[in-house]
Amino acid sequence: MSEVSMVVNGRKVSGSVEDRTLLVHFLRDNLGLTGTHVGCDTSQCGSCVIHVDGKAVKACTMLAAQASGSTITTIEGLADGASLHVVQEAFKEHHGLQCGFCTPGMIMAAVDMINRHPGGLDEATVRAELDGNICRCTGYHNIVKAILAASKKIKSSSARKKKAA
Amino acid sequence: MYEVTYHRASSVSEAVKLAKAGEDSKFLAGGMTLIPAMKTRLAAPSDVVDLRHVKEIRGIKVSGKKVTIGAGTTHADVAGNAKLVRVCPAICKLASSIGDPHVRHMGTIGGSIANNDPAADYPAAMLALDATIITNKRAISAARFFKGLFETTLKDGEIIKEVQFTAPAKCGYAKFPNPASRYAMTGVFVAKGKEVRVAVTGAGDDGVFRAKALEKALERKFDASALDGVSVSASNMMSDIHASAEYRANLVVVMAKRAVAAANA
Ligand SMILES: Cc1cc2nc3c(=O)[nH]c(=O)nc-3n(C[C@H](O)[C@H](O)[C@H](O)COP(=O)(O)OP(=O)(O)OC[C@H]3O[C@@H](n4cnc5c(N)ncnc54)[C@H](O)[C@@H]3O)c2cc1C
Ligand code: FES
Ligand code: FES
Repeated sequence: MSEVSMVVNGRKVSGSVEDRTLLVHFLRDNLGLTGTHVGCDTSQCGSCVIHVDGKAVKACTMLAAQASGSTITTIEGLADGASLHVVQEAFKEHHGLQCGFCTPGMIMAAVDMINRHPGGLDEATVRAELDGNICRCTGYHNIVKAILAASKKIKSSSARKKKAA
Repeated sequence: MYEVTYHRASSVSEAVKLAKAGEDSKFLAGGMTLIPAMKTRLAAPSDVVDLRHVKEIRGIKVSGKKVTIGAGTTHADVAGNAKLVRVCPAICKLASSIGDPHVRHMGTIGGSIANNDPAADYPAAMLALDATIITNKRAISAARFFKGLFETTLKDGEIIKEVQFTAPAKCGYAKFPNPASRYAMTGVFVAKGKEVRVAVTGAGDDGVFRAKALEKALERKFDASALDGVSVSASNMMSDIHASAEYRANLVVVMAKRAVAAANA
């Protein structure tokens, strides 16, 4: 057993876990944050994507013990109270989901992708960047549309902020 | 996953000590190979020693043409390093083609070469760049380091600290990704320094290898057209549900042409 502690969605949490506990199970079972999903056994589907110290990673391929001491954001940490994050809003607006199983991972991957491309995104880049996120419903078109729209919105609002400053 | 005991090391010497104390310890770097293997019970170490907090094995140094990459450097950091891309763009491109963004945020060059998956990308770069692999015990040339499928000359408890190479005048990498896994179904790294070196991954039935016939043709003229009509024997190629040996043999030449074109661009 190991004592682990980390900051999850701005809250300090700790717990006692078996060393073999995967981070995704710690989030879901110990913290009740069931928005992060498990869709495969092979580290390929991306439905478990969260941010660890600001970077998108697969929570099913990291031990909780490895994540001890880090700062984590899950899908539950994106919205600001009742107002959705720009990327969540865009998925809703562009119908970027059907069953919704892949959606938390898609959105966390999209936020990370947009953060790493402050100059904006094009369709080919979005599709390549989604290599690690599998969706069995949508055929991806609307997911790509949603991410492009969110990226545009974030880019123009940060440009406005820069101008105002 | 079977039970395991987790340890976190903060230095190479501490990691070596921790690994020695366990019955069947394994180093844990990015975990992008080891953890999936543990989940499916293909690997069942008694102990894992986490190397992610060992600062001395992370980071990239470029001094003139001399390049040193710490074993714990992630694929994302290799892909995005501004100094490295100036002297050896092909290795940055290679790193950016590994897996997906989430895998690249965790997976490391040291873990990749220690694992020596016959379809992994980095072994081709190490062999073509004539890299030296520095461990806590010795310096090993890439040619001696890689031994067949998933085999290296690393001994139990030996840690890769860094890899070193001299950036060649020109280099290129071209990969035909497996449509399902994105690993290389055939990947060819071409380097033109004092000599031309062509290393192939994903295709050979005994892991990464140098394509001497292609090297000879490119020594005469370093241009994709020099490979017109040159063929590679299918006899030592891998054959599986994804591609036959003949198909892979053909891909070696096609990818080599693309790699040369990239090197000359
Ligand atoms: C979905 C997915 C797609 C992938 N696609 C690709 C791809 O396209 N191309 C590709 O090349 N790879 C691919 N990989 C593998 C990935 O590149 C891994 O990151 C890499 O093979 C292992 O690196 P790691 O740091 O994660 O090592 P780990 O998984 O932590 O360790 C792997 C092995 O290396 C040993 N080890 C680690 N570091 C050291 C060290 N410093 N010294 C000695 N031994 C060490 C460990 O003990 C273990 O046996 C993929 C992985 C996944 C999950
Ligand atoms: S659950 Fe499929 S990649 Fe994590
Ligand atoms: S919406 Fe059903 S898996 Fe993507």
